[in-house]
Amino acid sequence: MEQKKLAIIATKGTLDWAYPPFILASTAAALDYQVEIFFTFYGLQLVRKDLAALKVSPLGNPGMPMKMPFGPKWFRGINWNMPNAIQSLVPGYESVATSLMKQTIKNNGVATIPDLREMCQEADVKFVACQMTVELFGFEHSDFIDGLEYGGAATFFEFAGESDICLYI
Amino acid sequence: MNFDKELDAKGLNCPLPILRCKKSLAELNAGQVLKIVATDPGAVKDFQAFAKQTGNELLSSAEAGGVFTFFMQKK
Repeated sequence: MEQKKLAIIATKGTLDWAYPPFILASTAAALDYQVEIFFTFYGLQLVRKDLAALKVSPLGNPGMPMKMPFGPKWFRGINWNMPNAIQSLVPGYESVATSLMKQTIKNNGVATIPDLREMCQEADVKFVACQMTVELFGFEHSDFIDGLEYGGAATFFEFAGESDICLYI
Repeated sequence: MNFDKELDAKGLNCPLPILRCKKSLAELNAGQVLKIVATDPGAVKDFQAFAKQTGNELLSSAEAGGVFTFFMQKK
């Protein structure tokens, strides 16, 4: 049987949206798919050496439950939704939300992004970074992890055109 | 059931049990059996799907007190 192919375009640069491309890519690789992820625009944040830019923002994100990852059960059950106007005025709100999210991730036995990214690389998932957006955002190749290839839209279609599944995330 | 290797995936969530299973199977020879213990309720369907797609055989799947035990035979 010919090996199946999965092509993913990763365009989001937040902690929450870092999960879908790496989860699907690593799982597909475990299912013997050949996988390529094309990182473009804010998705470039996912392949930087420094992942500190990955944060989660509850601002303008009404679907995000705001629950505490510690304390007794009744306390953890409270949803601390705040109006956008307040969220936007509180300094450090995103940093606090991000550290709470990281704790929740840990509590639930969910992998970290660095771990998932490493598992993808170990499983030979091919990472391609969009050269145009690297330049647009003023990044250097030295900002990114080793093992990346750099290319453009035509490079993406070379693989995507032959793929069985193609996802835009 | 006899097995050749055991994987403890308790406390791990999707997709880690599958990824660890894949890694553990790589260390076995064809026909050998991997025992997997997990607590992720989603793992039940996921291991069935993994077996179906990779050709490894899911010999059994059982649950006791929130702990799931699987036996997977390498293709």
